[in-house]
Amino acid sequence: MNWVLVPQQLINGLLNGGTLALIALGIVLIYKSSEVFNFAHGHMVMVGAYMTWWFAGGSGGEGALIDLPFWAASIAALIFAILLGLLIERLVLRPMTGQPLLSIVLVTLGIAQLFEGLTTVFFGTEPKSNFPAPFAPTDVFVIPVPPINGQSIVFFDQLRVPHARLAAFIVALLAAVIFILFFQYTNIGLSMRATSEDHELAQSVGIRVNRVFGMSWAIAGIIATLGGILLATISGVSLNIFTVALVAFPAILLGGLESLGGAILGGISVGLVQALVQASKFPEVRNSSDIAPYVLLLIVLVLRPEGLFGQKRIERI
Amino acid sequence: MAAVRPAGDFDRSYEQDMGVMRKPWHAWLTLVAILVVVAIPLANNFLPASALSTHAYIVSTANQIAYTIIALQGLNILTGLTGQISLGQAAFMLVGGYVSGLAMTYWGFPIFVTVPLAGLGTGLFGLLFGLPSLRVKGFYLAMATLAAQFIIPWMSRNLWDDYLGGTSGFIEVPSPVLLGYEFSEVSRFFYISFAFLLLTTLISINIKRTRLGRAFISIRDNDLAAELLGVNLFGYKLRAFFLAAAFAGMAGALKAHTQRGIGTEFGYALDESIIFLGMLVIGGLGTNLGPYFGAIFVILLEDVALSMGAYFAGVFPEQAAALETSFRPIFFGVMLMLFLIFEPRGVAHRWELIKAAWRIRPFAR
Repeated sequence: MNWVLVPQQLINGLLNGGTLALIALGIVLIYKSSEVFNFAHGHMVMVGAYMTWWFAGGSGGEGALIDLPFWAASIAALIFAILLGLLIERLVLRPMTGQPLLSIVLVTLGIAQLFEGLTTVFFGTEPKSNFPAPFAPTDVFVIPVPPINGQSIVFFDQLRVPHARLAAFIVALLAAVIFILFFQYTNIGLSMRATSEDHELAQSVGIRVNRVFGMSWAIAGIIATLGGILLATISGVSLNIFTVALVAFPAILLGGLESLGGAILGGISVGLVQALVQASKFPEVRNSSDIAPYVLLLIVLVLRPEGLFGQKRIERI
Repeated sequence: MAAVRPAGDFDRSYEQDMGVMRKPWHAWLTLVAILVVVAIPLANNFLPASALSTHAYIVSTANQIAYTIIALQGLNILTGLTGQISLGQAAFMLVGGYVSGLAMTYWGFPIFVTVPLAGLGTGLFGLLFGLPSLRVKGFYLAMATLAAQFIIPWMSRNLWDDYLGGTSGFIEVPSPVLLGYEFSEVSRFFYISFAFLLLTTLISINIKRTRLGRAFISIRDNDLAAELLGVNLFGYKLRAFFLAAAFAGMAGALKAHTQRGIGTEFGYALDESIIFLGMLVIGGLGTNLGPYFGAIFVILLEDVALSMGAYFAGVFPEQAAALETSFRPIFFGVMLMLFLIFEPRGVAHRWELIKAAWRIRPFAR
């Protein structure tokens, strides 16, 4: 461990973990209400980021069809995400009701492929650097660290907290908390939780299960787009944004498949693990920050398959 | 096997009941089909020069289909028969390609040793990822194989640079030599792929109709009931996982020798694993013909998508890069969703319906 790097990496990991937690939350939400593992969530994140970029007139200076300010573009993208979520539920998931798990996982993978292709057709393959982020990469809070015993304990004597990352972290956690409160204390949230317990039972007490499914996909769309916007303010828009959702899966398993709070904790833990691995002295270990979440995933599967806060109902053999 | 036979179609002897080919015409048809396939690469001796590029395309696509079918047959054992989702088949192909390539480069083994060796090595390697995941099922296994899909290509890029290619992303794999005859051209190498395809087809047909396959199917249908009936869940899931990885390894070895290189530079990424799953579903899960139909259907579909992309790239040259790459995922995604919604049992099921309709002609609609 390269100790001088650790404090900075802790901050980076924590801030990245916030966005990761929000994205993980979207997947858990869908799973809880409709028992679908949404492998297309990352691509919904990507579509959300691209739509924000497009609504903000990123596609081409003067000739842009729509040229909204950043906040309006974000709202437009969120509305688009709601429609997209409803559309996915109605056209793809509802005909699949009652199919086995494998088919439903595969259909979300099909959605993901479709989104990838459509995004490429409409927006091209090259990454977009002109995302109208409210913060420039140079906006950084600098926390000076006084040397201890005459020795600086931190690289460069200071900790750097970019505005964009900090804002993303705050927005992500705020959104996550709002969604959890929504899930716990509103009627819609209550009906969603009832549906996640038992579809038929929920139907029999008068909950419109189909509407709940639609609602949860719409909310997942909102969460995904929010995550996409946050990621785009940090690193711009590109086709690779969806890979972050693949890292969210280890976060979900770590937190527990059924636990919203666990998803947040898992997201932050995975962010920290990824960042701390980069503080290692060995180049092999440093390079492994891409796969560190998956190694963590295997460890979780061996030691505690239900995750930290999940329901313990996996049948052991 | 499981297909319902029409009334009056009896087995008249024990051998007939047990045979893979129950009637003489099955055997004759298979023989004719094999001869036709064997003749395809030889046809370039009789074709006019203008048709040679088309012929080369057909042979290389046939070769691609052959090794893809082998990978799919492995996935079919794990996903179709045992009901476990695997998102790591492409990564196991990578392992197989390395095993075969390194064994041929450093030890000089002939191809008919290295490919089974690749299968064995990949199977054992796959068990590393299988062991933690076999205590769990469904989504959790998908997660463990997803981990394999990321960890294996990472290993190929970052560990043992001298042997695995390191940052350059690939190592060269020699083209096999057999009895002083070099299988460098794809029109020659196709025979090797085809020979292994026949072998793995025979293996997978026989797995499905023996105790092993019945145990797999019982685990898929109801794992608790299977355990009550005395099926050792852990052992049989482990075997399914081993077989899936082993078939992937053989397929990867054949692909590596075809491309004369192995490494992450040649793909083997997550989307390939997803496409394998999609092929299997489109072909028909758990059927012997499913891998054939799925591989042929999707690979031809991808070629159509590529040529359409190239066509549109010619029409709109300013967006050429986007159009060339985007049709493939769109076609695949739409086709996968349509099949899952409207024909979840795949082309193989449709084929059974067509056969049944043919039997009762002229009464079928």
